[in-house]
Amino acid sequence: MRSLADLMTEKEGFSALVMGNHALARAMAEAGTAVATSYPGSPTPEIAEALLAPAGKDQPVHFEFAVNEKVALEIAAGAALNGHPSAVFFKSVGLNVAADSLIQLPLMELPGGMVIILGDDPGANSSQNEQDNRWFARMAYLPVFEPASPAETHAMYKEAAALARARRAPVFLRLTTHVCHARETVQFGPLPASARDWTPRFDAKAGPYVPIAATVFPLKKRALEKLDAWAAYGETSPLNTVYKAAAPGAKKLGAIAAGLPALCLLEAVRSAGAPVDVLKLGLSYPLPEQLLADFLAAHDEVYVFEELDRVTEGELKALAYDRGLACRLHARRGHAELMGEMTPERARACLAGPWPELFPGAAPRKAAEPAPRLPQMCPGCGHRSAFHAIKKALPPGAITVGDIGCHSLGFMPPYDMGEVLFSMGHSVSTASGLALHNDARKVVAFVGDSTFFHAAMPGVVNAASRDSDITLVLLDNGTTAMTGHQPRPGNGEIGDRIALPEMLKNLGVKFLRECDAYDQPKLAAHLKEAMEHKGFAIVIARHPCMLKFMRDRRRANPGLKPQHVAVDQAKCARHYTCAADFACPSFIRHADGSVTVNTELCIGDGSCIQTCPAQAIGREK
Amino acid sequence: MAYNIYLCGVGGQGIGILAATLAQAAAKAGLEVRACDTHGLAQRGGVVSSHIRLGADALTPLVPEGGADLVLALERLEALRGAAQFLKKGGKVVYYDTAYQPVSVRRGQAQYPSEEEVARQVAALGGEAAAVRLAEIQDPRMQNSALLGRLAALKAVPGLEAAVIEETLKEILPPAALEENLRIFRAAK
Ligand SMILES: Cc1ncc(C[n+]2csc(CCOP(=O)(O)OP(=O)(O)O)c2C)c(N)n1
Repeated sequence: MRSLADLMTEKEGFSALVMGNHALARAMAEAGTAVATSYPGSPTPEIAEALLAPAGKDQPVHFEFAVNEKVALEIAAGAALNGHPSAVFFKSVGLNVAADSLIQLPLMELPGGMVIILGDDPGANSSQNEQDNRWFARMAYLPVFEPASPAETHAMYKEAAALARARRAPVFLRLTTHVCHARETVQFGPLPASARDWTPRFDAKAGPYVPIAATVFPLKKRALEKLDAWAAYGETSPLNTVYKAAAPGAKKLGAIAAGLPALCLLEAVRSAGAPVDVLKLGLSYPLPEQLLADFLAAHDEVYVFEELDRVTEGELKALAYDRGLACRLHARRGHAELMGEMTPERARACLAGPWPELFPGAAPRKAAEPAPRLPQMCPGCGHRSAFHAIKKALPPGAITVGDIGCHSLGFMPPYDMGEVLFSMGHSVSTASGLALHNDARKVVAFVGDSTFFHAAMPGVVNAASRDSDITLVLLDNGTTAMTGHQPRPGNGEIGDRIALPEMLKNLGVKFLRECDAYDQPKLAAHLKEAMEHKGFAIVIARHPCMLKFMRDRRRANPGLKPQHVAVDQAKCARHYTCAADFACPSFIRHADGSVTVNTELCIGDGSCIQTCPAQAIGREK
Repeated sequence: MAYNIYLCGVGGQGIGILAATLAQAAAKAGLEVRACDTHGLAQRGGVVSSHIRLGADALTPLVPEGGADLVLALERLEALRGAAQFLKKGGKVVYYDTAYQPVSVRRGQAQYPSEEEVARQVAALGGEAAAVRLAEIQDPRMQNSALLGRLAALKAVPGLEAAVIEETLKEILPPAALEENLRIFRAAK
């Protein structure tokens, strides 16, 4: 099997079983993409993993992680202005952060062409919502390519990148979680033979590039004309294809879908042997109106099958109305069908709505629900130690505001810490609002270090200048842990280390304390002092991400044996503080009431030792 | 009909490499593979799963609920959960018998199932369960190889021979860990 580095650097074509994200990274190399940027977020981080797999000088695409999605998008746009084909990728909600610049891009001439890759997440597998970014395409006048599988992702990226360059335009490539993470055999092509031309070709005369009142309308007109050209392309592109039913039925039935839902639809239709023709849209916006009108005219009834919002449905209904088409249009009904990811079974259930005789229902199966298992912080996590200490130090009625990252998990029992969460970096400002005219309840906010740089800094500056009466706990583990340990600015992996305390002082923060998150008494004392302080206070609780730390140590020393902790059974008074309140996953609570340590999980960090009221935890002898 | 494999475990157990090995071995054996990891990198200590579908009529990568011919689990409670949701009548459950208690059990709010309980519940679903446990595994990440070894010995996946899995392990595993993994793979019969 090829290594990831070989996948990216092999000169000739080959075929391999790969995941969608890796196929996409190879497609960037094949397409001659010069610059790619990102801010990490599921389901996209493995694209970066592949781009970074070869040694620096062998990397076929210049790749950079940026401090947030907006910055990433702007860097890729800047490269495209210079004539370099570029790409940016991030998760669904990343588009909200990037939106202010994104919305301008379709108004501009981008000589390099630019592919904006969205990792949408139907089913909210690893996101704070399941927003449907197809809406953004309508607002920004951007075409949407929607591949359904790794092989299609590879092929469509190359097509999209080539067309974007030819049209000097940005395009959306919309992936979803199970396209990114699906695996299948993909046929790859060769890498371009020619050396990269880095000549900076930015030319202000190719604009206008400054959208002020007088230029906005010519720019908008050009964007709308480009959209028309994309629609014309969609009329004849093989990306939009009809899969004819094996045998026609008495009534002429059809269905329309895009992306992975189109394959769900096709699988449902084929496994039921139903006489339904399927029109699969590869370019899902702008709609190829003539192609669709012809499809509707050729059928008595057509099901518009979508995942998440009813985006295409309304446009198709308008089209049928405008053209006076008699075809009956069916679509999903009820809120349940507007939520979650589509599967072939769900497609079958949807189609059974209008066509019950073609898609008979399966009997639901019943099985007992085993004990739930929710995600939790890892053994040795500094966030757990911090939450355990902070929970004890908080006065009754305190309001805790969470943020995005591994520490978001603190909202669950037994910590119950971080009771409200909107988006990355919101915590400090939401806390500032909660503290307005509020002398009755203390307000404590949490934020991780990557999130601090991503979007919390403006909130910190605001809170410092207003001296908001809140305490911000900065949980600094030195990395972007939750998404797979990508570097963040100032952690020393890219550029110089940034000393957070100095920086915060320069931003006007007057009360500042810091300690190791494992030092629970000190952290509790700092927090109490910070809450007593009238005005903005920051406590930095620092500890390296232990998952990363242990991985790095094992890599350096494969035979590494952690010195586990053990419970002294003679001393154990069955308080269960370790297993239930501190709640490190390494403790096992047995049916007979005793507690032992799972040595498969314990990393020997010892942060639990201080939590036992009976002093029964110690190092394994 | 496609042959469907549902893999599951606890975040951090290395299900990604298990799924990649099995999918790669199936492709090597000439089977048409469609597979999918359903977790990001973000499932700290939670349930993780992966899907593999073999055969041309699988157009999508996710195994349907109640549609798995084989449930392959890295942990006992997850074997039970995977079976409850995905096992097909007449299907097999093969799991590595280690126990990672979830918070609910550690807080005394839920019961952790016994090996007998798993066998009984899987039988009630019309399936059959096989537990694998080797005393002499030093590094828990190598439990993966024990599971693959038992799977190979059972000839659970039609068209997939032990030799092909072994060959794939040789390609995927880092040289330093190979010998021990192969020993475990062969010992797990
Ligand atoms: C706008 C946006 N971009 C990206 C993400 C993905 N994401 C989830 S957690 C996280 C990492 C946060 O890192 P940090 O703040 O350092 O906390 P840690 O996980 O290290 O505790 C990211 C980037 C997101 N949820 N929202």
